[in-house]
Amino acid sequence: MHILACIKQILDPEIATTVFRVSEEKKQVVEIPGMSPVISPFDAQAVEAGMRLKEADPENIKLTVVTMGGEGARAILKQGLAMGADEAVLLADPVFEGADAVATARTLAEAAKKLGAEGDDVDLIITGRQAADGDVGVVGLGIAELLNMPAVTFVRDLKLDGGKLVVERMLEDGYETIETPLPAVITIAHELGKPRYTSLRETMKAARKPTQAWKAGDLDIDEGQIGANGAHRVLERLFVPVTDIECEFIEAESAQAVAAQLAQKLKDAELI
Amino acid sequence: MAKNILVIAEIENGAPSALTLEMLGLANELNDGAAVHAVVLGHGIDGIGETLVYHGADHVHAGDHENFAPYMADAWLPDVVKLAQDTDPDVILCAHSNIGWDLAPRLAFRLNTSVATGCEAVEREGDKVLMTRACYGGKAREQVSFTSSPAIATVKSKTQEALKEDSSRSGEVAAISSVLEDSDIRARVVAQHREQEEGVRLETAKTVVAGGGGLGGPEGFTVAKELADLLGGAIGASRVAVELDWCPHSWQVGLSGKTVAPDLYIAIGISGAGQHMAGCANSGNIVAVNPDKDAAIYQFATYGITMSYEEVIPALIEEIKMHKGS
Repeated sequence: MHILACIKQILDPEIATTVFRVSEEKKQVVEIPGMSPVISPFDAQAVEAGMRLKEADPENIKLTVVTMGGEGARAILKQGLAMGADEAVLLADPVFEGADAVATARTLAEAAKKLGAEGDDVDLIITGRQAADGDVGVVGLGIAELLNMPAVTFVRDLKLDGGKLVVERMLEDGYETIETPLPAVITIAHELGKPRYTSLRETMKAARKPTQAWKAGDLDIDEGQIGANGAHRVLERLFVPVTDIECEFIEAESAQAVAAQLAQKLKDAELI
Repeated sequence: MAKNILVIAEIENGAPSALTLEMLGLANELNDGAAVHAVVLGHGIDGIGETLVYHGADHVHAGDHENFAPYMADAWLPDVVKLAQDTDPDVILCAHSNIGWDLAPRLAFRLNTSVATGCEAVEREGDKVLMTRACYGGKAREQVSFTSSPAIATVKSKTQEALKEDSSRSGEVAAISSVLEDSDIRARVVAQHREQEEGVRLETAKTVVAGGGGLGGPEGFTVAKELADLLGGAIGASRVAVELDWCPHSWQVGLSGKTVAPDLYIAIGISGAGQHMAGCANSGNIVAVNPDKDAAIYQFATYGITMSYEEVIPALIEEIKMHKGS
């Protein structure tokens, strides 16, 4: 069985609001010096999900990690390999730049096809529920549609049962159990739990694992379908929302006095 | 002239979801004289079509079959795709929910177009459909349009106004003749487990008391819950508190939790990270209790208290009891 985890390198989503800036003119986030990009947390969980399946049957399950990005994205492939993935694929080409979710899904779907054409059919594709920069959550389902595979989103638990996959999918007020035949695509919810740590030993081993680098020409796809050329999305504006709320701090000697003032204000505003 | 709008309805507890009605309100702002179509798929859905009409649908396409409930993407898609082709919309509105967010991207690929997820605004500018949504964990907003049509948007809860129910409104409710074939259904729901929510529902509460990392431990939620109960409100939490296992996941407010917009949101020990504010910034009034005067939450708060919550919340509970008693 061959599992493909699709991962993305992004601006650290945990950076403080106070240092986050955008250039409205360039419609992009202002780079913060010294800030290293990271693997999207949901994608680290996608690798974790793949590893949980692999651990149950390590001899028969192969896990490949793939990313579309610049040369710098090799860092997150190494992280995936150090988590236990067997192989990695880097999709790096200036032609891929400016992709939206549609163009990205096409590129990743073609990469999965190429792995299949090389005799290594992909049985399960795993992505994070969304990349934690754009927060779009479309690419995984797009890959499924392009490859005509069933897909399950927001997966928090998964196991193989004979030839099919049984997953738990998050609902707003609980979860549901879904059975799907393979090949299939799943997207991972953060409720899956923390991804495993990478040990120094695994990291050393990862350096010797095979990583392929493919350019657009290596894929069976028209250049008009990928990168900025293949994008449907036009970014009209990017901005940081501002509020015009002036906070009134309630200060007094005692907690009782603060509470009394607040209660009175809330009562006057008919909020309590 | 504008083209039609198609709304993909969702059913919750036997009625259209609040967000479905909000989407119909938005559709009536966008249609510019053209028709508002709605599709509703479910099982045992008598009367739902009429409710959609009373809230602004001109044509309701109703599909009643056991395969349509619970929702399964493979079961819904063939009919939704066909209706999208038949009704010729240039905007399709889906809920930003675990149904709509699951359905809309597949619909987009089948219609050879694209989707903007989590939209807070959808508007027209000339021939363009402009969609505004949160990105970068709620720290920024982007406005996007598509070079393809129809534009599909998943609409965020509590960002649009529903029309007042008007039973004199006329519209047509027609049963669809389904094109679904059993072999279309690949991924199947075999069981659902829904938490019985105790007390007031978070999404519809008029008052929400939410706790975060600043509570210092699960016991902090006891006093927060007491305040919520006293105010007839619901209890919420930040991602930090949920990830520390101080409270159930279903309490989470924010980008990967619930969206709330109560009249009063009392945030205790919450810093106000973008991803949290994306779920509560539309509240009528925010009261923040946080010792850090520079916390981002204060940019959104009407009232701020920098005293420790352990002192001030019990005192507030006393005060409110006095007011209630008088």
